[in-house]
Amino acid sequence: MHQHTLSQQTLTFSEEIAPGVFLMGFARNFQFKAGQVIGIGIEKEGARRLYSICSGEEETEVRILYNVIEDGYLTPRLSDLSEGDKIWITEPRGEFLFDPAPAIWIASGTGIAPFYSMFRSGTFDNKVLIHGERYLERFYFFDEFHESLGENYLRCCSGEEAEDVFSGRVTDYLVQASSLPSDFKYYLCGRAEMVVETRDLLIARGIPYNNIISEIYF
Amino acid sequence: MESLFGKTADELQQIVSDLKLPAYTGKQISEWLYKKQISSIDEMTNLSKTTRTLLKEKYIVGLEPFRDVQVSKDGTKKYLFNTSVGKYVETAYIPDRDRHTVCVSTQVGCKMGCLFCMTGKQGFQGNLTAGEILNQLHSIEERNSITNIVYMGMGEPLDNLDEVLKSLEILTSDWGFAMSPRRITVSTIGIIPAMKTFLEKSNAHLAVSLHSPMENERKMLMPVQQVYPLTEVLQEIRSWDFGRQRRVSFEYIMFRDLNDTSKHVKALVKLLQGIRCRINLIRFHPIPDTPLNTSTQQRIQEFKNELNSHGIVTTIRASRGEDIYAACGLLSTKRLINN
Repeated sequence: MHQHTLSQQTLTFSEEIAPGVFLMGFARNFQFKAGQVIGIGIEKEGARRLYSICSGEEETEVRILYNVIEDGYLTPRLSDLSEGDKIWITEPRGEFLFDPAPAIWIASGTGIAPFYSMFRSGTFDNKVLIHGERYLERFYFFDEFHESLGENYLRCCSGEEAEDVFSGRVTDYLVQASSLPSDFKYYLCGRAEMVVETRDLLIARGIPYNNIISEIYF
Repeated sequence: MESLFGKTADELQQIVSDLKLPAYTGKQISEWLYKKQISSIDEMTNLSKTTRTLLKEKYIVGLEPFRDVQVSKDGTKKYLFNTSVGKYVETAYIPDRDRHTVCVSTQVGCKMGCLFCMTGKQGFQGNLTAGEILNQLHSIEERNSITNIVYMGMGEPLDNLDEVLKSLEILTSDWGFAMSPRRITVSTIGIIPAMKTFLEKSNAHLAVSLHSPMENERKMLMPVQQVYPLTEVLQEIRSWDFGRQRRVSFEYIMFRDLNDTSKHVKALVKLLQGIRCRINLIRFHPIPDTPLNTSTQQRIQEFKNELNSHGIVTTIRASRGEDIYAACGLLSTKRLINN
């Protein structure tokens, strides 16, 4: 498909899974690679925003996870949609993809989406997932990650404390981590500020910058 | 109160229509804002007192004086401005003989996270309005001597497309500043849908941050490559007519032993085949804790010669304002974010 090719999709559900955070889905009628993004808009014409797909490659449904940005152009309107409503999407694109090599996956907020897609699509024996959130209720996929990844799933919470949860941001965790393997790939996804800070921190701790793969939300 | 400065002719027309004022009032206001450069509604003396009072109930002109200015030993100046999102942006004024260029910012911070850029390290705090973009030209001491404008300051211009297009419309329209689009260059890292819209709606020049012809290298330097690969950016550019009235250039920061080899020259020549363009080589200005190094001046010169010998017009951009952190990639207001 050409990058500007659009298709209309009908929502099968739209749900607020945490305050201000929505998950919506529609039937899958195209192929994609875990980690890819699609452009979403409500009208056929007009601006579209890119969102990572938050479901597995073989699932029958494509899901999208997003935060409502109060003064944003699209997300307040998306959050008003419900089952049966239509959206326009672009074809999937992007190179932030699953790699079988050992890796540390680092996400903040809805930046968990591409990793969840990879998790639902492939093997993850040699992956460590570090997820940062402000509130505990936002570790949306805890049960699944915990069951499959066990100790390789680490939660960092900056706004609340709980057992088995690191208290602080992802960057605080990385500062305190006793060792970080320099031959692993580090995949970062989230807000630009987190990605840039984390990348700087990893470089300062001796990780070669060409082992750091960043996905930025814009 | 809402600012009038930065409104397009259509928007001003809508305002006067909403206030039930005569239609010609919109034109009068744009004259005052963009031709006569007034700073208060009271100065719009060909509007009746009643009209001015009506306007003042909802609107202000909205110009913002610069908050600080630093002057480099080479004459470059760096201005600091407040913004509506409560943060700050920097603007560089670069005099060079008869050429007086202003490098404007379009966002407070930047979302793009390029490895070599200081602005990205402060994260993203907000978009500038068209008025705030134009205010950087209007409110500097050299406003009457500006010859060229480059949208290469803080932020990714095409990530704030609507306001950038509005500012370009006001700069280049007869009812606005009536500046030639040939004196304006908009830079982008290659957000393809926005770049396409920009090319459709504006005649200003385009500059694309290239920095490496190798996909994997560019990914490490510029995360945008993950989503909008350079080959697709160039595919879009090939469908437009450049090289006559309108120019496309490619910015190329030189990193020692990373992107400055003869292998890179060959790859660039192959990649840019068929595009009438020029390449601007830029010396890397190191930022704190960077893993990247600056190419030697000799290597930059050799690289230029190699590209020139393959028929690609290549120039080396002079580093200006480095001592006041006004040079390429160094603009940042991170230290002021928490103030």
